[in-house]
Amino acid sequence: MRKFIIVLSVIIVLVIASFNIFSDKTFRPSQEVILKAKYSEKPAKVVDHSKFDALQKDFNRPQDVTATCITCHNKRHVEVMQSSHWNWERPDYIEGKGIVYLGKKNIINNYCIGTQSNTKSCAKCHIGFDMTENGVSYTDSTNVDCLVCHDQSNSYVKGANLSGTPDPGVDLRKVAQSVGKPTRDNCGVCHFYGGGGNNVKHGDLDNTMFHPGREIDIHMDEAGPNLVCIDCHKTENHQITGKVYSIASISTERSNCEDCHTSTPHESEILNEHTLKVACQTCHIPIYSKGTPTNLDWDWSTAGRLRDGKPYEDIDSLGNHIYKSIKGSFTYGKNIEPDYVWFNGTAGHYVLGDKIEDTTKAVVLNPLYGSYSDKNSKIIPVKIHTANQIFDPITKLLILPHLYADNVGDGAFWKDFNWNSASEKGMKTIGLPYSGKYSFIKTEMYWPINHQVAPKEESLTCTNCHQRENSRLAGLNDFYLPGRDYSDFIDSSGFLVIILSFVGVLFHGLLRIYFSYKQK
Amino acid sequence: MKTVYIYKSFERFWHWTQAFLIFFLALTGFEVHGSYSFFGYENAVIFHSYAAYALIVVIVFAIFWHFTTGEWRQYIPTTKFLKAQLDFYILGIFRNSPHPTKKSVLSKLNPLQRLTYLELKIMVIPVMVISGLFYMFYRYTSGDNIGGLDIESLETVALIHTAGAYALMAFVVVHVYLITTGHSILTNLKAMMTGYEDVEDENEENNNEEENKDNNDNIKENEKVENEKH
Repeated sequence: MRKFIIVLSVIIVLVIASFNIFSDKTFRPSQEVILKAKYSEKPAKVVDHSKFDALQKDFNRPQDVTATCITCHNKRHVEVMQSSHWNWERPDYIEGKGIVYLGKKNIINNYCIGTQSNTKSCAKCHIGFDMTENGVSYTDSTNVDCLVCHDQSNSYVKGANLSGTPDPGVDLRKVAQSVGKPTRDNCGVCHFYGGGGNNVKHGDLDNTMFHPGREIDIHMDEAGPNLVCIDCHKTENHQITGKVYSIASISTERSNCEDCHTSTPHESEILNEHTLKVACQTCHIPIYSKGTPTNLDWDWSTAGRLRDGKPYEDIDSLGNHIYKSIKGSFTYGKNIEPDYVWFNGTAGHYVLGDKIEDTTKAVVLNPLYGSYSDKNSKIIPVKIHTANQIFDPITKLLILPHLYADNVGDGAFWKDFNWNSASEKGMKTIGLPYSGKYSFIKTEMYWPINHQVAPKEESLTCTNCHQRENSRLAGLNDFYLPGRDYSDFIDSSGFLVIILSFVGVLFHGLLRIYFSYKQK
Repeated sequence: MKTVYIYKSFERFWHWTQAFLIFFLALTGFEVHGSYSFFGYENAVIFHSYAAYALIVVIVFAIFWHFTTGEWRQYIPTTKFLKAQLDFYILGIFRNSPHPTKKSVLSKLNPLQRLTYLELKIMVIPVMVISGLFYMFYRYTSGDNIGGLDIESLETVALIHTAGAYALMAFVVVHVYLITTGHSILTNLKAMMTGYEDVEDENEENNNEEENKDNNDNIKENEKVENEKH
C-alpha cells in the first residue's frame, strides 16, 4: 500500500511538472483585442479631390463627371462594368437548372415583383445613368455613376423615375470634389430602402444604421468601433464581397464573421464546438428589425382599390403603411425573433418563366438548401417574408406586371389599376406568354439575417434552444438536440423503473418493520 | 462477534468519491437532459464534464487497485447461495433469520452483490463512460478548427447514456435501501465509513484462508440453520 502511494505521488508530480515545462507560455492578445486595435485607427484621407484642376468646373451632365473621373482612374470603369452592381446579374449555378445569370434582371421577388418593364423607376438604385430596357446603357462607360457610391458631400440624390440619373437640383461640382471611400451613407441610401421604403425588404438593414448606437449594431456603433459596410464587405477592384441569397445561389464571394473572428472565437470550448453547426448570427442576432419595423407580408391581391376614383394609402397608429392602392396590403413587425433553417451556402431560385408544379402550397422563391447531415450546413437565422402575388393559372407562371409608366393609358398598374393590361404588357416585355387570366398565389422568400449584431450580453443563451418547451429550434427536427429532445420510451420506462424500485424498497422496509414489531 | 477491518482506506475513499460523483453527475446530467433547471444549463454542462473527468480518474485508480490487490476476485460470480440470498431477502429477513452468507475480508460480497456489482463494473459503468466520452468528443476543438467524430447522429449516444443514467438511479435507490439490511440498520453504513465491521462468527476468521473453503463453510452453516428451522 505504501509503495503504491509513493509510485502514485511520483507519477502525479511528473505529470504536473511536464505540463508546466511543455506548456506554451507565449502571451498572445485575444483576437478581440487585435481587432479593436486594428479598427480604432481610421485611415487619413490621402487625396483631396477639391484641389484637382480637372474638377474645377461646372458639370452639365452627370456623364461629364464620369468622363472626368476616367481621365485619371482610367481603368476603374472597366471594373465597375464587370460588377453585379452594374450588371444586375452574375453567373450562378442552380441545382437542376445549371449555370444561370441571376440578378434583378430575371428574378422575381416578394416586393415589387420584378424590375423589367419598370426600369425607369427601379433604376433609381442602379449605379448607372439612363438605364434602359434594351440594355444600351450597359455598354457606355460614361453611364457609370461614380458619385452615388463615392459622394461625401451628402448632397447627391438620384431622381425619382429618371432611370438612375441624379436629381436635377444636385450640384455636381460640389459632389465631384467631395469624393472618397464609400461610407454607410453611400451604401444605405439604396440598401436600407430596398422594397420601396425603409427596412421594408431585409429586416436587418435600416436607416438607424446611418448613425447606429451600440444597441443597433455592435460593430457599427458610432461611439465604438464605428465600422462601415466595406470594412466587412471587403472590396477589391470594385468587386464587393458578400451577397444576398435572394439573388444568389452559390457559396462564393461571401463575407463571413469568421474572416475576422476565426471559427473558434469563444473562451469556452463548448461554445466553439457549436460553430461547426451553428452560424455566428444565430446566437448573436437574437432579434431583427430592432430600429424600425420591417415588412413581413405583402398582399398584392387587394391592390387597385380606389377612393373617389383615386388611389389612396392607409397608415396605422405606428406610422406603418397597411394599405396602398398601388401595392396592396402590408403587415409590419418590429423586434422579431428570426426563424431558423439549415443552410449550406447554396440556394435555388424561381426564375422568370419557371412553371409552378404545385399551386396548392406557397411557392418558395429562393429555397435555401441544407440539412443536419450535410457537412457544409449551419443553422442560420432568417426572415421569412410571405406574399400573395399575381400569377397565371393557365400557364402556371408567375406574372411580371408592368407597374410603372410615366402616363395613364400605357398599361402600367400604378397608373391604370388594371391587372389584365399590366400583366399583358409586362409579360410581353420579357417574351413570356400570358393567357389573359390571372389569379394570386402565396409566395415565400428567405432572407438570411446577417446584420445588426447584438452586444454579447444580449446573445442567445443555452436554454433559448436547449429546452423542452419554446426552443427556438423547435422547427428543426432532423437531429438530436440535448435538452430539447428525449425518447418518450426511455424516459417513461426509466422513470417507471425508479418508481418501482422506490415502491419495492418501501414495501420491503414496511414489512420488515411490521414483522419486527410482531416478533416482539 | 468480532470486529474486522474490512474496507481499506482507498476502498472507502473510492466508494464515497464515486458515490458523490455519481450523485452529482445525475443531478447535472438530468438538467442537461432538460428534466429541470437547477444550476443553469451552461453550468450543468460544465460541471457534468468536470465530474465525468474526475470519475474517470477515480475509476482508473480503482481498476489499478483492484488488480494490484487481487480484490477483483471478490467479484467472481457464483451461483452458490444465490437462491439462499434471494430467499433471505424475500422471506428470511422478516423472520429475523441470520444472513445466509458470512461477510469476511476475503469474501465481503454476497452472491447477489457479486452479480450486481460485476454487472455494474463490466456493463453499466463502461457503457456510461464510453457513451459519455462519445457525447463529449462528438465535437472537439483543435486549434482554430472544430473536429468531430464521424458519427451520423448524437441521438443513439444520447439515448444510451440516458437509459444508463436511469439504470444507475434505480441501482442507487435499491443499494441505499439494502444498506439497512445488515446486522443492525447502521452496520453496513458504519463499515463503509470507518472500515471496521462486526462480523458474526468468531470462528469464521480461522476458516477464512481460502474462498472455496469459506464457501463450503457457509454451505454447512446454512444447512445447519435450515435443519434447525425444521
